[in-house]
Amino acid sequence: MTSWTLLIIAALTATGFFVGQAKAQGLRNAGTASLHSLPAYHGLLMASMALAAAGITTLAVAAIAGPNSLVMPAAAALLGTGAIAASYRIITRDFRARNRFEFFVMLVLIACSAVAVLTTVGIVFSVLFESLAFFSEVSPIEFLFGTHWAPTSTPPSFGLIPLLAGTLLITFIAIVVAGPLGLLSAIYMAEYSSRKMRGVLKPMLEILAGVPTVVLGFFAALTVAPLVRNAGESLGLNVASESALAAGLVMGMMIVPLISSLSDDIINAVPQALRDGSYAMGATKSETIKRVVLPAALPGIVSAFMLAISRAIGETMIVVMAAGLAANLTFNPLAAVTTITVQIATLLVGDQEFDSAKTLSAFALGFVLFCFTLVLNYIALRIVQRYREQYD
Amino acid sequence: MDASPQMPTLSKVPRILNERETKIVASDVNVYYGEKQAIKNLSIDIPDRAVSAFIGPSGCGKSTFLRTINRMNDTIDGCRVTGDILVDGKNIYDRDLDVVQLRARVGMVFQKPNPFPKSIFENVAYGPRIHGIAKSKADLEEIVVNSLKKASLFEEVKDRLDHSGTSLSGGQQQRLCIARAIAVNPEIILMDEPCSALDPIASARIEELIDEIRQNYCIIIVTHSMQQAARVSQLTAFFHLGDLVEFGDTDEMFTTPKDKRTQDYITGRFG
Amino acid sequence: MTDTFDKGNAAFIAKRYASERRFKAYGAVALAVSVLFLVYLIVDIGIKAWPSFFEHRVVLEVNLDASKIPADEVLKGDFEGLVRGSLRSLFPRVTTRGDVRSLTSLLSAGAADDLRQDTAANPASIGTTVRAGALLGDDSDLYLKGMLTTTLRMPGTTNLQLAQSGEEFILTGDLSQLAVGQIVRANGGALRITGVEAGLAKAEAILPPATLNSLTPGTWDILSFSRAEADRRIDDRQVVLLEALRDKGVIEKHFAWRFFTSGDSREPELAGLRGAIFGSLLTLIMTLSLSVPLGIAAAVYLEEFAAKNKWTEIIEVNINNLAAVPSIIFGLLGLAVFINFFGLPRSAPLVGGLVLALLVLPTIIIASRAALKAVPPSIKEAALGVGASHQQAVFHHVLPLAVPGILTGTILGVARALGETAPLLMIGMVAFIVDVPKGFTEAATVLPVQIFLWSDLPEIAFQSRTAAAIIVLLVILFGLNAAAIYMRKRFERRW
Repeated sequence: MTSWTLLIIAALTATGFFVGQAKAQGLRNAGTASLHSLPAYHGLLMASMALAAAGITTLAVAAIAGPNSLVMPAAAALLGTGAIAASYRIITRDFRARNRFEFFVMLVLIACSAVAVLTTVGIVFSVLFESLAFFSEVSPIEFLFGTHWAPTSTPPSFGLIPLLAGTLLITFIAIVVAGPLGLLSAIYMAEYSSRKMRGVLKPMLEILAGVPTVVLGFFAALTVAPLVRNAGESLGLNVASESALAAGLVMGMMIVPLISSLSDDIINAVPQALRDGSYAMGATKSETIKRVVLPAALPGIVSAFMLAISRAIGETMIVVMAAGLAANLTFNPLAAVTTITVQIATLLVGDQEFDSAKTLSAFALGFVLFCFTLVLNYIALRIVQRYREQYD
Repeated sequence: MDASPQMPTLSKVPRILNERETKIVASDVNVYYGEKQAIKNLSIDIPDRAVSAFIGPSGCGKSTFLRTINRMNDTIDGCRVTGDILVDGKNIYDRDLDVVQLRARVGMVFQKPNPFPKSIFENVAYGPRIHGIAKSKADLEEIVVNSLKKASLFEEVKDRLDHSGTSLSGGQQQRLCIARAIAVNPEIILMDEPCSALDPIASARIEELIDEIRQNYCIIIVTHSMQQAARVSQLTAFFHLGDLVEFGDTDEMFTTPKDKRTQDYITGRFG
Repeated sequence: MTDTFDKGNAAFIAKRYASERRFKAYGAVALAVSVLFLVYLIVDIGIKAWPSFFEHRVVLEVNLDASKIPADEVLKGDFEGLVRGSLRSLFPRVTTRGDVRSLTSLLSAGAADDLRQDTAANPASIGTTVRAGALLGDDSDLYLKGMLTTTLRMPGTTNLQLAQSGEEFILTGDLSQLAVGQIVRANGGALRITGVEAGLAKAEAILPPATLNSLTPGTWDILSFSRAEADRRIDDRQVVLLEALRDKGVIEKHFAWRFFTSGDSREPELAGLRGAIFGSLLTLIMTLSLSVPLGIAAAVYLEEFAAKNKWTEIIEVNINNLAAVPSIIFGLLGLAVFINFFGLPRSAPLVGGLVLALLVLPTIIIASRAALKAVPPSIKEAALGVGASHQQAVFHHVLPLAVPGILTGTILGVARALGETAPLLMIGMVAFIVDVPKGFTEAATVLPVQIFLWSDLPEIAFQSRTAAAIIVLLVILFGLNAAAIYMRKRFERRW
């Protein structure tokens, strides 16, 4: 019935447009005084009335009687036609169709921009409700401070600490790799490279940023992990085949373009006058960068790092493919660790029952992840905003 | 290259050049931005321990020429300079010249005050630090205080040297920038419309300051205000469309300009 | 004169310049590391992927026996049997059950598929003998690509005598060429050397020789391997058969169109991307048809109409935060709201598209706002000046001028959606799907998820397939990025 209903709504909308336009055109041809609005606006208004009436009816019927009910297309047709008939009568020479139509458009625009807010609300509620269901079975204290994670064993234990430690370990490795690389790359591109070289280098980093994480995960698991392992063994170290180091290294490379492009923007936003002031004192380029540009750009760079950390914490595919599943509580980068995102993915892939603590725990992990990244993002964005205002 | 520069529209050597040593000798200087020529065949002598003013309508090349003297135009893509600029007889466009050391000798104050987003103290200490001028912490403090005093800013900020340089008023910021330039102990100070972003009272303080320090430095000031040029300078050069039209003693220049264009500009027919 | 320019001492200046050079070098090294990583990544995956774009077939003369093919249902004919029979006819001496199994195991499970399709398309060929390419199995294929072992052939240059005692064969004569583990091919058979002692070499039959004639130079050869039988996925008997096929000149190498035209399969040599590509396409259509209108409308409202108040501020903060929320969280949203609450079907492009639409919405809004902001206000003012309403000014003048910028942002959003994996795992787009999805509500998979699924499989051949799928995905993504860069260059307008 859905496709029939959609067809009817479309037909009514089109009819509304032509009927409205025709009536207005008739008035225009007949009368001496000019219309307030162009005939097309009368048509558009009538079309939107028909669309709104039929559409809302359909949604209402679908909600009450289900999408397969025969009532749906019938009710849509009835109310749509009614809307056309009703608005046909109010088309007169002085009728302000344009203003009414623009009001309608404005409502649509506002509704569209509210979707973003609804998404956030949706995220918060979906994660929160399932988490609450989880916490009715497992105490939050046990979840937050437990040091043992084994959701599938009997009895299961849900201790967050090993996952948190694993996540932070891999994130730390990633930032240690990406921080210097990204920042120095940005400095080189912004301050040293010629325009031509920048034209080559920037797209290269954009390409690196565009490589899907599933690809990086494959690369981490099949190429980097064995490399790390062999390197470690040649030094006489015992390296797990799914070491935190391999996943962290590749994740670091994933973040390099993020840090470099954010830092590049921020360094470029430092006014040239400050550099000129320093050069005019006889400072070399690196002295200017280290003592004037970077201190001036510091807040922005800090926030770039925070966004990078948030990105690393939330990254899923690289760790799913290259990090382990075993929840070891260790800070040894050569050992296998697991992360929050890996556990969410593992718990939810396949069939789920929404009444088991195992499934629900994934949402609790999601809640932790969401809070973590939200706080980081919010602070970072506020810092950037202040920073922008300073130099605008 | 001819040792004695060609003097444009110059019946006699300006008085001030006879009274003072010549600090800067520019001969046949051309500056190009890509294809566009911004300075055409310019030659000029600039005296030490005096204020020289560059005047002229917008886009005439006076700021461009100013920036060639400490090679700030090196930072602009596609900018090319030909000809010679000698400072104390040394060509600053020689291949072996070190720009960093040149700029330590040729300080610059910009159109818009551009204090670093650091404390007042750090702003002034920046130059001595990078050039390794101060031998000790006490030494550095002394340099900073002296520079601030010379820039007649010390009394206003002595209680808040640790406040940010950007927290000062516009006029104070500009004096801070002058103090910052002085701290490196330069011989030449270039000022690119230093008062154009300031209100009249702050401008007057800067002018006073220039007057106080001119005995110790070779100062070149680019200005849009002819009154200012008349008030602070001893030598005035008038630029028009990349040409140096005329230069001479300031008092004579404003009373008896020789070139028609100078006369028109001074009397306000264009510009 | 230079001495007048020495302000500080020379050593201090030299130190400053050394530090300058060092700092610049750090930057160059950092950039080089990032670029080299990218190059290494692409080259490494490219090398892994390359073999997967080719497949080996054995070309057989197949008699399309009418009794084996029902005339009314050609597709149900026993083409497997026909192909196997034809392969066996190439080796009349392969008779034991074990040997026959080895021979037919060289073929893919889908070896007869091409022939079946061809015959169905051309039923007139039934009853005749046709030349048909039969696809080899993944192990045979890998062997022929040299990925399982490197095989060395040496022509026999000495005289040897052959004798049999029970199951064992004895070689005597000049044994200088022989070593344990090698295979001697002579007299129509193949012998594996099991021991070389003083004056004689012991061997076992891989394929029994037809005669025990003496071996003279040029009549026999030796196969030796870089990897012993126990360490590779293909045994000596299969190798001997494959080498025999190669000697007969019936093995052909072709570009593997199959990789693009067939769906997923448990057999690596049959697995293709068709289903995943169509799944991605459907999902993207869904994503775009939602996120583009929503994104543009939201951007127009926020940039052109919204009053600067609390509500607008909330929306803005929201969008910026949403852009940085981990993608897996969107997967949780999809699972809890679309599937669990609204009861939409799992694994479907409909839900995948919805989730990805919400995921890229902030990107599109931010890009569109930037594009709208770049249009100078004078344009709008000019329109308002001639009496256009605010909306007319925006929709007739500002928005059209912002379209290139919006389009660029949209393309980048699409690229992001196309490479996204994690949220789709959450909503169950991980099912094993052979067929092309027929609609938005049918189970489907997408390219990146297909990559994830294949990367998990143990077969070596799937590793290469995974790499090849990655190359396909990367080519599409680079194409999209190039399009975005082109658009930006082509329509860039400086005001």
